[in-house]
Amino acid sequence: MRTAQVIMETGAHAAALAVKCARVDVIPGYPITPQTSIMEALSAMVEKGELDARFIPVEGEHSALAAAVAASAAGARVFTATSSNGLLYMHEVLHMASGGRLPVVMCNVNRGIFAPWTLWADHQDSFAQRDTGWIQFHCSSNQEVFNTVLQAFRVAEQINIPVMVNFDGFVISHCFMPLNVPAQEDIDRFLPLHEPEWRLDPAHPSSFSNVTNAAEYASFRQMLSQDIMASIPLVKEAAQSYKDITGMWDGDTIDTYRMEDAEVVVLAVNSMAAELRLSVDILREQGIRAGLLRPRLILPFPAQDIIDALPQNAQVMVLDRNYNFGHHGGILASELKSVLFGRRHDITVKNRVMGIGGVDLTRRFMADEIRAMLDE
Amino acid sequence: MKSVTKAYRPISWPMKGAGGETGTWRGHRPVVNSQICTKCQFCWVYCPEAVIDRYEITIDYRYCKGCGVCAAECPTGAISMEKEE
Repeated sequence: MRTAQVIMETGAHAAALAVKCARVDVIPGYPITPQTSIMEALSAMVEKGELDARFIPVEGEHSALAAAVAASAAGARVFTATSSNGLLYMHEVLHMASGGRLPVVMCNVNRGIFAPWTLWADHQDSFAQRDTGWIQFHCSSNQEVFNTVLQAFRVAEQINIPVMVNFDGFVISHCFMPLNVPAQEDIDRFLPLHEPEWRLDPAHPSSFSNVTNAAEYASFRQMLSQDIMASIPLVKEAAQSYKDITGMWDGDTIDTYRMEDAEVVVLAVNSMAAELRLSVDILREQGIRAGLLRPRLILPFPAQDIIDALPQNAQVMVLDRNYNFGHHGGILASELKSVLFGRRHDITVKNRVMGIGGVDLTRRFMADEIRAMLDE
Repeated sequence: MKSVTKAYRPISWPMKGAGGETGTWRGHRPVVNSQICTKCQFCWVYCPEAVIDRYEITIDYRYCKGCGVCAAECPTGAISMEKEE
């Protein structure tokens, strides 16, 4: 391991820097708050000649992802980024990327959804894309954003499935934190150049995503579903290999804190999970044996790792920054319950929705909420 | 990065007759009158199924669907559409 450079950077610029370190070939981009600073940084890098990539400014998010799909089909390593309604506008093309088995990597900077307008963080945007066949990471720090973008390219290209790297708008995207940037040789060792097994190539004409008969279509969908599940060991291998090369670790499918003897397990994702470490410390000081379980991977949902991590008879407090409309509470809680059903009868699940549209989630507020949930 | 598994992708490669013998769909058959044909290759350019030989101006009836584009585009009227039996 060579010495890493330590700089102060925002989460958005950490993502852009990771894209540069990944030696990306094509970047279609369209601005949307709070993602815009990723695309600004990348277009400046291309303009200055620091990054040998083609930057394609387009007229909307649907086109941004369509250009990414086409470039990926032509064999390029491709990155794009979006937020909120931009991600919703991409919905149709998200399916095209996953069904086409194209290893596109995209950052989604989490922001609440219109209507009414909001600019601030919540997770309705990415959770609403749960069933599009993308692998989804959710990150809790600037460093994790940097590390995860690199890991995302590795996993995407190994299994030919697109990967979405999510992190909170403003709280992560616009806040400065120290950032370790490993030496480029180390990154190249972790992430060699993209070697697609197939590409659109005029010298060897082929046609992409033709009409299929029912049986063919069914087998494409079945293979996609199967391969998404097969990505779990690859995610673990990528995290381990990244640690071996750079010394950095953010967890693999899950990340845990003070779980050894925990009776109360808090489950949440993204930046609120970083703050929740401090809430866990507060609860411990108050005599509550609390721990934190943060899924890094949301899709595929790391069912076995969560089941293995939960102590006997634990009470799980799921804090959702999204709504599962039509049910009480949030989507994470529903996912957890479906995993536990029939497998862990000893676990109690409680759920609260909070932090919607950027409502501030402080350590004290969340510690108070969790204590209140104990009495429910 | 290399793939660890062979992805099952929706890709198809061009090959003759991949869609079966589409000539059976034909209601009308294009017939080239070689006395009038100047071998200008217009029909070869326009044929959407690529079943016309560029230099001989002969038609592969196993795959010709009888759409009639060649007859419509022929500048000398050398191609006529004749009803199939």
